[in-house]
Amino acid sequence: MHVRLKTAPRFKVRISREVCRHCERCTVNCTFGVLSHNGTEIVAEHDKCVACQRCAIMCPQQAISIIPGDIHYAPHSTFNERQRMIIYEQASSGGVLLSGMGTDLPYMSIFDDLLLDACQVTNPSIDPLREPVETLTYIGRKPKSLRVSQVNGSFIVEKETFPHVVLQTPITVGHMSLGSISYPAMTAILRACKEVGIMAGTGEGGLHPDFYQYGDHVNSEVASGRFGVEPKYLKNVAALEIKIGQGAKPGHGGHLPGEKVNKLIAETRMIPVGTDALSPYPHHDIYSIEDLQQLIGALKEASRYKVPVGVKIAAVHNSAPIASGIVRAGADFVTLDGFKGGTGASPRVIRDHAGIPIETAVASVDQRLREEGIRHQASIIAGGGIRYAADILKIIALGADAVMLGQAVLIAMGCRACQQCHRGLCPWGIATQEPNLVSRLDTDISTQRLVNLFKAWTEEIKEILGALGIDSIESLVGNRDRLRYIGPNPKIAEILDVKHVGE
Amino acid sequence: MYHQEIVKPPKGYDRRSFDACGISAFMNVDGKMESGEKIVKMITTMMDRENGLGAGFAIYGIFPDRKDYFCFQMLLDDEEAKRRVRDYLSRHTMIVDEEPIPTRETPAVRQPIPVLWRFFLSPLEEKKREQDAYDYMMRIVMYINAEIDGAFCMSSGKNMAVFKGNGWSGDVAHFYAIDEIQSYFFMAHSRFPTNTPGWWGGAHPFNLFDLSIIHNGEITSYGTNKRYVEMFGYRCTLMTDSEVVTYILDLLIRRQKLPLQVACMAAAPAYHKVIESHEGEKLSFWRLIRETYRPAMINGPFSICVGMNEPTPALLGLTDRKKLRPLIAATSRGGRSVFLSSEECAVRIIGEEVEQVWAPLAGNPVIVEKGSGIVSKGETPPLADHQVKMIPKAAPEDSALEHPVS
Repeated sequence: MHVRLKTAPRFKVRISREVCRHCERCTVNCTFGVLSHNGTEIVAEHDKCVACQRCAIMCPQQAISIIPGDIHYAPHSTFNERQRMIIYEQASSGGVLLSGMGTDLPYMSIFDDLLLDACQVTNPSIDPLREPVETLTYIGRKPKSLRVSQVNGSFIVEKETFPHVVLQTPITVGHMSLGSISYPAMTAILRACKEVGIMAGTGEGGLHPDFYQYGDHVNSEVASGRFGVEPKYLKNVAALEIKIGQGAKPGHGGHLPGEKVNKLIAETRMIPVGTDALSPYPHHDIYSIEDLQQLIGALKEASRYKVPVGVKIAAVHNSAPIASGIVRAGADFVTLDGFKGGTGASPRVIRDHAGIPIETAVASVDQRLREEGIRHQASIIAGGGIRYAADILKIIALGADAVMLGQAVLIAMGCRACQQCHRGLCPWGIATQEPNLVSRLDTDISTQRLVNLFKAWTEEIKEILGALGIDSIESLVGNRDRLRYIGPNPKIAEILDVKHVGE
Repeated sequence: MYHQEIVKPPKGYDRRSFDACGISAFMNVDGKMESGEKIVKMITTMMDRENGLGAGFAIYGIFPDRKDYFCFQMLLDDEEAKRRVRDYLSRHTMIVDEEPIPTRETPAVRQPIPVLWRFFLSPLEEKKREQDAYDYMMRIVMYINAEIDGAFCMSSGKNMAVFKGNGWSGDVAHFYAIDEIQSYFFMAHSRFPTNTPGWWGGAHPFNLFDLSIIHNGEITSYGTNKRYVEMFGYRCTLMTDSEVVTYILDLLIRRQKLPLQVACMAAAPAYHKVIESHEGEKLSFWRLIRETYRPAMINGPFSICVGMNEPTPALLGLTDRKKLRPLIAATSRGGRSVFLSSEECAVRIIGEEVEQVWAPLAGNPVIVEKGSGIVSKGETPPLADHQVKMIPKAAPEDSALEHPVS
């Protein structure tokens, strides 16, 4: 039974009355029911405000500021404001609290404890504006060696290729389903990936027929709910990825709240309108590694061995042996999603407290695959809160072949990370299915913003590679020698097999 | 009792050494023997390229009477280390012969001087039947270098040897009496390391079996290359870039049996832009190389000379694809003597009638073979003079259960 408890608002909407022209644009733009006009002036129900900043941006008079709610609790470290809010909420609703995006808790970032090298004197650095610096990356299984013989003036080469995807830069977009995000958002992502020459995930939502034209840039997700998984979906894409887990909620399946399941989503996923799309926690035909091998085999058969088939897992304690098993089960790439990864809807308790950092996951998986002599059998794609190009370079140096982005892509399109994605009220038109909200997102502008982001980061990657004296990205993969650890815990440096600064 | 590490870094030492260097090599393709005076003159004239902290020579064809045995030429901290090595070798190999390495008293060579000894070995009879002799002996070399304290194997090839040490190139040459050694195929290296001390084992050439490398350069892809070769059983113990280059080339040339040109294409590949201008099977082949050998690519500036004995004695010179370190090639005596060097002065000073001098293109190998002479001048891009034919793969892919040689 819902028992409402009145509490202090987290944020307050401060409106400058002298400047406000009562155009009421803010009341239309707010999707959380905060603002209305009472006949005299704009009034706000502050405790509904989530600091999405939509009203502040859209006010033509710039009359609005979103400020912290100014009721102060007596300070208490154990029951700080956040903790108190969680208890108030659960006492009110009796439910599991959901949230969107990645964890907001101040866990340390291992990336921030790693520094990059540069070449001087003994080795010239390279200027990417004047010399080629290559970022082309292959995703998929590689031959361990080539068999080439020479007969007179001819090389006889035993042709051995495995299906692979060519990325022009070591970036991919992770899985955000049509359903969790809107149609224009999905379109923008796919168009941008096509223009830049990389691939994007479909998420659990299946592939809408309108997007088949981008097939060469699509990484189709086969998740536990098997939403939308049918032959057309499997055959017209560049890669297939079995979703075992996700960094934001290790052990849980996908979750699309019923609020976001409209006609369009229902058709693509083949479920009734308005039902929660709750994916099973495990695949109910994968209870062991040998079962996974069967599914990988089945997908390869169904796709006629034309595309690489990968597996995504959340980064957890046993990531290394799990990944090793996955590769031996036939996966062509392994995607690791760190605990800071984002989501459209996840219980807060899992989002904030489960999983391990992507930095250590990649380091241990790369190391384990090398120890077993199978590193060449699969590419490693890593993600989970990748923030900028420096993170990309560092995770590649730790052993990843490419990264997957999620939250950064949404932020580039205009998301303010207010973490209300699960409610389907996204005022920016990104994480919603409401038609009047979806229309707020301009596909062309969003496409351009993503292209700009990918290109800017690729240029930054080249700048750093040049400074490292490396002219091709493959010479940075697993090159932990070019990193140094500056953090407080030498054990982490040891686990990453990265030297301490000064060494 | 204080035990000083002379031949290799102490356990736990992991600071890498970066070197500037001078390299020189030559081969008389008809096998005409001459003394080592010439190679010594070539290397000592390039004085600015060294700082007295290491030099070395690789010389081929010097044990014709024992040419079927692996010659392990050893640097040893002391007699105790020699005993440990002899114990180990006698248990795992057949010691056919052993002797001290001939040296001359040379006060200028950096003290302390290690014990210098060599063993002529053959794999044990029963092992010969079970597995490839080289794979077997490789485990032994890796073990000695990584696990036996105070012992380092300078060279392990048949009918050849590496002589290297800590000092100016002229002094090291005098120490090993290089001028008294007769051969048709010499390589030399002088070193300018950026950190001291120079371990006797840290000088070049680096060697594994008959493959010797002299290297001027700094590898920016060292961490990537090291982890790649470790997957195949190699162990990097000397903290220098040249060691990993040796292992990559051993892997590609001896174990994977790639033709020399193709091994060079893997180590110093063309840019993607250039590759995409090819067509048909050449395009497929280039893409396949870049895809398969991503972790083998040697990034950073380098010029190297590689010496080999099997199946035919050969000398190879290669630079990185930006050619950030120098390498010139030259011929004399109607093309029957071929020289490679960091600098032209080394070729001019030795009193040869130099005929042609040229600078090979960045990333393109000069290849010289005994008998055939110059196989590749390094002036045309790879595949310009070759056809490529792709055929279906014959044998199945390596089993997923295959473990690295260890």
